[in-house]
Amino acid sequence: MPPVLVAFFSAQVLLFLIFGLGALATAITMVLNPNPVRSALFLVLNLFCVAVLYLLLNAYFLAAVQIIVYAGAIMVLFLFVIMLLNLGAPDRAVDRLQWQQPVAVGAGLILAAMLAVTITASVPAVPVVRARTPQMAMAGVGTVAQGGGAARPAATAPGASGIPTGADPSLMTDPDTMGTTINVGRTLYDPVQPYLFPFEVTSVLLLIAVIGSVVLAKRRNPGEEMNP
Amino acid sequence: MNPTAPESFGLIPVAGTVPLGWYLILSALLFVTGAVGVLIKRNPIVIFMCVELMLNASNLAFIAFGRYLGNPGGMMFSVFVMAVAAAEVAVGLGILISIFRSRENINVDEINMMHG
Repeated sequence: MPPVLVAFFSAQVLLFLIFGLGALATAITMVLNPNPVRSALFLVLNLFCVAVLYLLLNAYFLAAVQIIVYAGAIMVLFLFVIMLLNLGAPDRAVDRLQWQQPVAVGAGLILAAMLAVTITASVPAVPVVRARTPQMAMAGVGTVAQGGGAARPAATAPGASGIPTGADPSLMTDPDTMGTTINVGRTLYDPVQPYLFPFEVTSVLLLIAVIGSVVLAKRRNPGEEMNP
Repeated sequence: MNPTAPESFGLIPVAGTVPLGWYLILSALLFVTGAVGVLIKRNPIVIFMCVELMLNASNLAFIAFGRYLGNPGGMMFSVFVMAVAAAEVAVGLGILISIFRSRENINVDEINMMHG
């Protein structure tokens, strides 16, 4: 292979192409499939493909959360409800709005074209290359540079595997290491950063959702009049 | 991965790295697929799954921006998006079960009232 192709089709680019196209194909198959159970299973495949893309973006913790929470918990909830309500059969109801589907597809194509124009107009046409040395990675993002790689204490330097072993503030904004579990946790719980209060509010939101879903799905007593 | 490899913000890959624009294009296409699915489907559970697809596409854009700009806020935001998606699914499926108990039919064409 010529060196240009070798530089183009690196392992990273190949993995992106394989799993990006896989995510797109499973998403389209999920929408077009008339069977709800198969749609759910294609969505699981899609979530796995996107999790691989998270790994390519060095978001290791979120890739694990994606598989455990989305593919593991939420999709199981979907499948349980599909089977509980006995909706596994394909949809055979008469479609009252026949004209809506072509209009929706056309509107979707228009939305895709607008997004593509926006993206291609907003990213630089010529490749802007940023060398990913730690100093430059921190200098270009407006965060406080807290010493370069040379100033790291030896006790908190990354191990042989590249995974940080201690609390080093410079690792929390380094694009290669900020996705690890320790750095995500340190960023999320850092009182200096603005993420701690929204995180606590999220716990209240989840509590409300749990109580609300229990109340909504509760079987009502036949003699009891719930609605005034 | 080579820690000193360059990365591109445009649409042209440089030195074997995936540019940011590719992630944004993929995210936009996944989002549009989910939006079209919400519009053309009649089964509310499949509509919920398409909403999940749209949230997932926005998560991909958040994480790509955060990683390319060196800002951990992208990942933090996708954590919150996942939590909101879980809450939405729990409440939405509770509503579906409640509707199914009262009328044995959850085609969205037939549902025109939330009361009773």
